[in-house]
Amino acid sequence: MIYLELFLGFLKVGCLSFGGAYGAIPLIRDVVLSYGWLNDETLAYMIAVSESTPGPIMVNIATYVGSSQAGFLGAFIATFAVVLPSFLFILLITALLKTVLKIKYIQAVLQGLKPSIIGIVLATGTYMLYGNCFSVRGSFSMDTRGTVITVILLTGIFAYKQIAKKKLSPITIIFISACLGTIVYGI
Amino acid sequence: MLVWLLGGGTAMNLLLDLFLTFAKIGLFTFGGGYAMISIIENNCVQKKKWITHDEMMNVTVIAESTPGPISINCATFVGYKQAGFIGSLIATFAIILPSFVVIYIISMMLDNFLEFEIITNAFKGIKIAVGILILDAAFTMIKKMKKKFFSLFFTVCSFIAMLLINIFSWNFSSISLLLIAAVFSLTVFLVQDFFEQKGGAK
Repeated sequence: MIYLELFLGFLKVGCLSFGGAYGAIPLIRDVVLSYGWLNDETLAYMIAVSESTPGPIMVNIATYVGSSQAGFLGAFIATFAVVLPSFLFILLITALLKTVLKIKYIQAVLQGLKPSIIGIVLATGTYMLYGNCFSVRGSFSMDTRGTVITVILLTGIFAYKQIAKKKLSPITIIFISACLGTIVYGI
Repeated sequence: MLVWLLGGGTAMNLLLDLFLTFAKIGLFTFGGGYAMISIIENNCVQKKKWITHDEMMNVTVIAESTPGPISINCATFVGYKQAGFIGSLIATFAIILPSFVVIYIISMMLDNFLEFEIITNAFKGIKIAVGILILDAAFTMIKKMKKKFFSLFFTVCSFIAMLLINIFSWNFSSISLLLIAAVFSLTVFLVQDFFEQKGGAK
């Protein structure tokens, strides 16, 4: 039965999707190929679509596969299944958090984890910013349009902070960048 | 207003506020987890004061070590903190709803979604904002972190390691990196603990 298959398949994806969006892709690929829901080409297309729409990749793929295999109910079941494990995990951890945080070994682990995650986020951001201005693959070259948008955005954010004495909200920044993208890449 | 008329009072107001805030966040969840840290920090820590920066740090670490995207993990966490199980259910539902609707429509109607040049151009622009937002999240965290040698050492090491992983496309996930950091800091703690106890026994 397709509903049960969708539920079990995406439950598995939801259970094992550690380490952010791209970490989960090999696993998602495994599941959707083995059930024959997508092939490599449609999967690549879906990843591209996911990058251009809101929401995490695994949720997007679940909704898309569910819908194309079994309509609205399929989309609903697949999305529900993919989110369920992380929902239960966090619920359990949050309920226990106060007690768990008091354990001195956990505190010791967190003392190493917190600064490390800052390093990881910093590296990811740096690499992305670099990749937007320069070509990362193959020979070294500059992406003029990407650099123009980056400079405009950074100048805008900095100027706003100086003049208005507060930070531009992230949602406003995303909105402005979308407009800049259509203009600068459209020329 | 409608909520007041229904007679739900403040509890209903809070649930509605959770729903609207996370639906808004969900609509702008582009480019994976780390960019979300900026948006969630801006909405839940600074504007609504639902959680503190330190709690946000905790949930980021937890989100990275449990399955599921950071944005969904944060929604569940904040919802639970504010209004228990119902709150977590509503916040999680709200953050997924926008992407569900968008993808459902795409799957129904548009087989060639990416052939619209205006859409792909807009998203090339958004990709650049995502990089900046991730950097912004990192700087906020650095500003608020306790600058001890121990912490800075971990930040610098993981920064260099993650950068190398990205540049050379090594098949090594951030999870493995965090696992190493956890084992290392636990070892340091155990060794310190051991020597302190020994010193105390003398």
